[in-house]
Amino acid sequence: MTRADVPAPGRIAVVAFAQTDHRSADEGHSEVEMLMPVLHEVLDRTGLKTADIGFTCSGSSDYLAGRAFSFTLALDGVGAWPPISESHVETDGAWALYEAWTKLLTGEADTALVYSYGKSSPGSVRDVLTRQLDPYYVAPLWPDAVALAALQTQALIDAGETDEPALAAIAARNRAAATANSHAQLRGSVPQGQYVVRPLRTGDCPPVGDGAAAVILAAGDRARELCPRPAWIRGIDHRIEAHALGLRDLTDSPSARLAAEHAGAFERPVDTAELHAPFSAQEVVLRKALRLGDDVCVNPSGGALAANPVMAAGLIRIGEAAARIGRGESDRALAHATSGPCLQQNLVAVLEGDPR
Amino acid sequence: MPDVLKAPLVLEFPFTRSLGPVQSAFLTGLRERVVLGVRTDDGRTLVPPVEYDPVTAAELRDLVEVAPTGTVTTWAWNHRPRPGQPLGTPFAWVLVRLDGADTALLHALDAPGPDTVRTGLRVRIRWAEERTGAITDIACFEPYDGPAAEPTGHSGTFADPVTGIVTPARLDYTYTPGRAQSAHLQALAERRTVGERCPSCRKVYVPPRGACPTCGVATAEQVEVGPRGTVTTFCIVNIKARNLDIEVPYVYAHIALDGAGLALHGRIGGIPYDQVRMGLRVEPVWTEGARHPDHYRPTGEPDADYDTYKELL
Repeated sequence: MTRADVPAPGRIAVVAFAQTDHRSADEGHSEVEMLMPVLHEVLDRTGLKTADIGFTCSGSSDYLAGRAFSFTLALDGVGAWPPISESHVETDGAWALYEAWTKLLTGEADTALVYSYGKSSPGSVRDVLTRQLDPYYVAPLWPDAVALAALQTQALIDAGETDEPALAAIAARNRAAATANSHAQLRGSVPQGQYVVRPLRTGDCPPVGDGAAAVILAAGDRARELCPRPAWIRGIDHRIEAHALGLRDLTDSPSARLAAEHAGAFERPVDTAELHAPFSAQEVVLRKALRLGDDVCVNPSGGALAANPVMAAGLIRIGEAAARIGRGESDRALAHATSGPCLQQNLVAVLEGDPR
Repeated sequence: MPDVLKAPLVLEFPFTRSLGPVQSAFLTGLRERVVLGVRTDDGRTLVPPVEYDPVTAAELRDLVEVAPTGTVTTWAWNHRPRPGQPLGTPFAWVLVRLDGADTALLHALDAPGPDTVRTGLRVRIRWAEERTGAITDIACFEPYDGPAAEPTGHSGTFADPVTGIVTPARLDYTYTPGRAQSAHLQALAERRTVGERCPSCRKVYVPPRGACPTCGVATAEQVEVGPRGTVTTFCIVNIKARNLDIEVPYVYAHIALDGAGLALHGRIGGIPYDQVRMGLRVEPVWTEGARHPDHYRPTGEPDADYDTYKELL
């Protein structure tokens, strides 16, 4: 392969996006069987074949479905022959997209396929996620994902930044928006329900489900060839906070703010934001950290409260923001992904369409 | 589509972890009912203590004792405790800033109900009866309305410090093999071996996984293969596996079933181990109630010509 021209920063774009219909349990299919139609759809949108793709990167976690090396089996769906240039991250696919973006920046590839998938239905994702915690002081207590988000929520309530009615309104707004998103798992009116871990009610928590998503990136003129209106990644950055919850101010997200600053989010206003806030209260934290006013359209897809296929939900935020730009419904959008307990790690991308 | 197969799957790991000097002192302290923090260069006391400053990455070694009493900084009521959690009855998850500490520790609070818990509540440690040097040596916190307890001024040095912990982890899954493997397993139950053909390259995958890894397309056309096949290559196993009742030496082989596009693995029996050879024709031997062939044995046919299986090596 000849070395392509090194693209200028900001001249790498999302040119295609596809996702599954996210459902509570996709029992009839293995992971690769669930993923493959999405890979075909995203390639079809650009007319590219696997052999045309310069770099492939995926995000997933074997712990979700309890299958060792499941990501290597997922590669069967790509068609990795002749041998492809490939990598994998054991986290949300948004970070796989970040790796692919850096690969394109080097000029060694001018297109990249990014995909991620998660089947939460075989296990108990609340408990599975405890295994990512500090193994010395925290994991032996098995604090599940809802419990930790509830601690964050109570801290926000104590700080006077939200209350239960406000949280219910966030949940309702996201799921109302999801009525326009046929891929979403929870759409329309969903009861707030009982406490799961107080102060979080069922309605404040994301649905547990299975799903996959895929994105194609392209650099420079290649992006224009493949897509009528590419979503140019003007900036992208990710930052992480200390793992110890007791060291952090859970009502704020300095990592999200710093990532946004480095991604250039504060240089000009965005019209749209796709936030990866699996729990209602986390949208409160992110709106503040990312300085999103009421004039910004937040989560027109319904966000993670409407569909949260773990490992794919962050990549879907980038895909949804890009698709909105592609449809001419946004000119400048912020996409956010998170990983770890209580928004520990955050990725922010700023996407723009060409002037109309 | 065949019926969806399901089976329980348990992943269980007893993780053995060694401790750094600060972690060792902290967990040994818990065993001795002493709570230690670590002092940062800017004078803050971190509890639970860490080996390196989370801001500056400076190595931290200045241990300082704090009180077993403290204040709740945030909480969440857990009315349905889950396996492995500190209490089996409803409790509050709490972050507690112990008296003398600048950061908070995650644990459980044993309280009568959510109406008795609030941020700012004073609490103290309830020690576990049996302590081994682990975070679970703190059984939980309990409400406490007395004065702050006084630290004993412990140096943080212990005669027999714990140097490692074993943390068992168990996750329960319901395994579902997907469409292609379900069909394969259901055919195996009838002692038939069924693969799937790639619509693009025509290769027949056994066992099928639903996709052709070469072409990246779904396989769907089911093809029954075998039952006879050819040994494409083999090895001689000389070390007895634990929990496996097979006499060594024995032969483990790659077997290309007739009609299959790739070889599968199987044990060869019914022939001395040193007479097994490439090209040997074999057939499966089933035992009562088994889900797959126990082993393969010679059919007595002439050996297969090398050219018939050279692409399947």
